[in-house]
Amino acid sequence: MKKYASDWKVTENVRLHPNYCLLKLSLDTTIPEMLPGQFVQIRVDGSPTTFLRRPISINYVDRNKNELWLLIQLVGDGTKKLSELKPQQTVNLLYPLGNSFSLPETKHDKPLLIGGGVGVAPMLYLGSLLKSRGYLPTFLLGARSEKDLLLPEEFEKYGHVFITTEDGKSGEKGFVTHHSTLRENRYDFIYTCGPNPMMHAVAAYAKQAGIPCEVSLENLMACGIGACLCCVENTTEGHICVCTEGPVINIEKLKWQI
Amino acid sequence: MANLKVNIGNLSFKNPVMTASGTFGYGTEFLDFMDLSRIGGIFMKGTTATHREGNFYPRMAETPSGMLNAVGLQNKGVDYFISHIYPEIRKYDTNMMVNVSGSTIEEYISCAEKINELEDIPAIELNISCPNVKQGGMAFGTNCQSASQVVKAIRNVYRKTLTVKLSPNVTDITEIARTVEAEGADAVSLINTIVGMAIDVEKRRPVLSTVTGGLSGPCIKPIALRMVYQTYKSVKIPIIGMGGISNAKDAIEFILAGSTAIQIGTYNFLDPAISVKVADGINDYLDRHGFNSVQEIIGALDIDG
Repeated sequence: MKKYASDWKVTENVRLHPNYCLLKLSLDTTIPEMLPGQFVQIRVDGSPTTFLRRPISINYVDRNKNELWLLIQLVGDGTKKLSELKPQQTVNLLYPLGNSFSLPETKHDKPLLIGGGVGVAPMLYLGSLLKSRGYLPTFLLGARSEKDLLLPEEFEKYGHVFITTEDGKSGEKGFVTHHSTLRENRYDFIYTCGPNPMMHAVAAYAKQAGIPCEVSLENLMACGIGACLCCVENTTEGHICVCTEGPVINIEKLKWQI
Repeated sequence: MANLKVNIGNLSFKNPVMTASGTFGYGTEFLDFMDLSRIGGIFMKGTTATHREGNFYPRMAETPSGMLNAVGLQNKGVDYFISHIYPEIRKYDTNMMVNVSGSTIEEYISCAEKINELEDIPAIELNISCPNVKQGGMAFGTNCQSASQVVKAIRNVYRKTLTVKLSPNVTDITEIARTVEAEGADAVSLINTIVGMAIDVEKRRPVLSTVTGGLSGPCIKPIALRMVYQTYKSVKIPIIGMGGISNAKDAIEFILAGSTAIQIGTYNFLDPAISVKVADGINDYLDRHGFNSVQEIIGALDIDG
């Protein structure tokens, strides 16, 4: 897939929560094909503490408005600066990068999309694609508390949404792997993205239940295009670059102790 | 349009801009972003006699105006390079050069002998300065005796243009430069990364799996420039200067300090088309100052003013 480098214009930057923002960007030309699971490398400002680009997964592509959505958690100086971008300002992106989620074998297969924290981001675009292809996606979204739930109303457009919160104020109390739907319903394919302990728990569940599972990794990276070899994950095929051979990796290939 | 051509050993470069090994893959990774034929050359990812998995993750840390890496020469080995990568990259219209790395002299020799047979690889860069491997690597480049041994051994088996990549992690880089010059190197490339470290204070652990790693990026530029300046006064062979070059002005500083050519490294990660922009910027500078050729400004630093 061809990759591009260009400036995008900020159309909207919504602060969803003190720690999260939804950055909407538009392009003068039609946004090229982008697949669920892929990411962009966003240039902050090149200042000393925000020198390298930041990898951000594609949250959604709004074809009607020609907009790209990036859901950003404020974790350091770079993401804080991104949260302060104003409409009409421009940012430079390398895109679209990485591989993508694979689709379940048949339309009858029931996909479960599990996201935790900001890891819900790629699940929205994946869910929208699955629905448009005739699948019936179910979302299982985990958050620390109700206010940490990100864009639940957007997910509801594409499938049924189950929620867990650690304080139990919304949905079921506990972690995503504790949710009753995992006991009560049969799913045929699991996709997950979120904090590493959560992805490990989901992968362990999927493996034990014999359900195919793909995880989206967020390893630290510099280039995003397979040149620096910094973001490697140790797999059954040796060290592979998460930026080019991931970020989506089937759990069968991972060397996780699950 | 000034004449940007430079020569190193028997090899001619259409301009003095090259990309640094380990920051540009095999060039293939950048095809969507730039025209490779616009730059003088590409130093491909460090290649060793056999497959290497490199170090464990985490291998990088962002630091002020730069980054640390501890990749540890991950590559599939010279045979894989010859069978899978060479057939593709030999078509590119620029000097495609291999960075030869190793842990023992025998490994360096075995790799260089095989590369010597490849018609479309006109030069190698002998890496005696990788800070991220347990054995060999930088150890060869931090004392004159071992630097001399490895360059002599390679000079015996490698007939084409040979540049030797020097480590800045030494007391006097000019001693090593003179040593490799005496053993027949056609050029020296400097500097490789500077050994550094970063600590995660929340976990009270080092950020890198290897504890220390190699620092690169604009933060090392003044040190690299000083080393090029010192080395230029000390050797007669050409210098390929690098260390934190981010734009044409930086590149011109390195040329004025004595570099015949320059390499762009870490900045390729920020702007994958930077090398073409630097080549254009050097031309603009020469035109603006009325120089006909880049040769006129190599080492043209006016100390006395």
